[in-house]
Amino acid sequence: MSFTEILFYVFSAVLVVSALGVITARNPVYSALWLVFAFFNSAIIWMLLEAEFLAIILILVYVGAVMVLFLFVVMMLDIKVEELRAGFTRYAWLGLPIALLVIGEIGSVVWVKSQDDKALGLSSVASPAAYAADYSNTKALGQLLYTEYLYPLQLAASILLIAIVAAIVLTMRKRSGQKVQDIGAQISVKAKDRVRIVKVAAVQPETGNTVEGQS
Amino acid sequence: MSANLNFVVAYPEIFVLTAACVILLVDLFVSDRQRIVTFLLTMVSLLAAAFITVQYGVAERVITFHGTYVADPMGTVLKLSTYGATALSLLYSREYLQRRGLFKGEYFVLALFAMLGVMVMISAASLLTIYLGVELLSLSLYGLVAFDRDNGIAAESAMKYFVLGAIASGMLLYGMSMIYGVTGTLELSQIANRIPGIGLNSLGLAFGLAFLVVGVAFKFGAVPFHMWVPDVYHGAPTAVTLFVGSAPKIASFALAMRLLVDGLGGAVEQWRPMLVVLAVLSMAIGNVVAIAQTNIKRMLAYSTISHVGFILLGVLAGTVQGYQAAMFYTLTYVLTAVGSFGVILLLSRQGFESDALDDFKGLAKKSPWFASVMAMLIFSTAGVPPFVGFTAKLAVIQAIIGIGYTWLAGVAVFFSVIGAYYYIRVVKLMYFDAPVDNGPIQAGVALRTVLSANGLAVLALGLLPGLLLDLCARVIS
Repeated sequence: MSFTEILFYVFSAVLVVSALGVITARNPVYSALWLVFAFFNSAIIWMLLEAEFLAIILILVYVGAVMVLFLFVVMMLDIKVEELRAGFTRYAWLGLPIALLVIGEIGSVVWVKSQDDKALGLSSVASPAAYAADYSNTKALGQLLYTEYLYPLQLAASILLIAIVAAIVLTMRKRSGQKVQDIGAQISVKAKDRVRIVKVAAVQPETGNTVEGQS
Repeated sequence: MSANLNFVVAYPEIFVLTAACVILLVDLFVSDRQRIVTFLLTMVSLLAAAFITVQYGVAERVITFHGTYVADPMGTVLKLSTYGATALSLLYSREYLQRRGLFKGEYFVLALFAMLGVMVMISAASLLTIYLGVELLSLSLYGLVAFDRDNGIAAESAMKYFVLGAIASGMLLYGMSMIYGVTGTLELSQIANRIPGIGLNSLGLAFGLAFLVVGVAFKFGAVPFHMWVPDVYHGAPTAVTLFVGSAPKIASFALAMRLLVDGLGGAVEQWRPMLVVLAVLSMAIGNVVAIAQTNIKRMLAYSTISHVGFILLGVLAGTVQGYQAAMFYTLTYVLTAVGSFGVILLLSRQGFESDALDDFKGLAKKSPWFASVMAMLIFSTAGVPPFVGFTAKLAVIQAIIGIGYTWLAGVAVFFSVIGAYYYIRVVKLMYFDAPVDNGPIQAGVALRTVLSANGLAVLALGLLPGLLLDLCARVIS
């Protein structure tokens, strides 16, 4: 067993454990953190598959942006875990056979030995040759995206743009009594608008009376 | 510029995308009272797009962008009709939107992006482009249907549309992945080349094909995948209903042509029976259920379903004659549908939708001219000569008989006769019933003029269908 294989099995085992952690943790914040851990391990497995660009993007985008946002939401919403779990035993009879079926399907694809070339067994597919050490995955992806897939790439960008526009149209409106920042006014403010110096007549110390009283 | 990146043929798409982005930005600097600027800019962009499309139209099929984009004469004609349908629907809806506080710049931006999605589908040469076009169109339409955000019914129908549309996209994508798995390519022309080698008995091909047909049927709104059509037509603001009923229908036709004919034309024997079932069910359910409707938007929704059945009849013929007939049917149907919804918009006022059938009672006394325009449109939809709907139905039925499916032609005629009942009922309400609503028609000169022209066009095309028929025959061969 080569060192790469050992690494693969170690990280896969950790990945499976963390994935189980996501669905078994009672606290949603823990679930989200387990998911971060699972993403991290999958990124390493991608790295082993020589897909370093995807690995880095997974960490940057999913761990760095999406999951952090997710954690914010989880922390801000009051999620009652017990309510979410209420239907578990009720639907288990349906879920269990489906889970077994999927496991069986995956098993049959991975382990079934190919009888002929048309079978889907893993052994029927040759493993790809490793790339040279100076091969750049990022460069290859970039080259494809901006030549062969230029048109689909631009369309995907338009779809994202329209998603933003539609979301803003449907959620933004002027409400009365809203407390908003007026950034222009904040910037153009002068020191004298902020601090008002008020002359207040000095208050006479009342100690004189007590002194008098004491004497 | 390499030979594989021929930007010239894609000038229309590039222009519309740029124009939509510019309008999005310009709109930010326009105050609510000058919002008409955005509207005018959109109209000018449509006109310019039409000019560019004609100027850079191709005489022969050109595939570019590494096999993801195709330009051909059929695409040019379909794109021009898409601009026309979009321009008409925006023109008809302007006053409606203004009266309901929906006259915002984003409306036009969403409409332009939806139109861009239609154009992408029209010019799709690969499964990837088709899918992106479908998504671009659908996302913009979801946004438009929910545009009247404080209206509960509109929000509900947008939600339904969104969920069912997502299922449809899933089906389409699943079918595409099967086809890709079997043929090993995303390019439609390559798929067409490889199908004979794979053989029609391939399980993967049949599986993928079935899912693709389901996806196409969902987008068309063919029975049994029609559930979203009545709800969306009824729930959306009438202006949006008008838009949903116009340009996207051209897109559905293009989707079927590209996917089933360009890509899987070799498997016509496989998808023909599926389309026969879809077409017969659509004509049956559409025409029969429409009779029970009291809301004219809902009635027109079911009428759309039955017309989709007719378009599918033309496609399933699998002959050049059939495709030509289907294209003619689609274009004329869009023209008629735009007009019918235009009349509803014409009659609507502040706080009055005019979408119940009873609102049309006695229209002939209130406005004889627009009653006759509506009558022309309705007669054309029903397929009564000399209006264009008759010519379209005739062309489709001829194509069907051409491949020896006489029984299917009989079914089509039978359900058309059933459909005539509820169409003619509208005419009866307009001419023979006493008016219920006595409010005046408030529409401006532009809407009145264009709508009148729309109604007359349906008559003119019916009397002289040769021009458009020739055009369809020239671009599909």
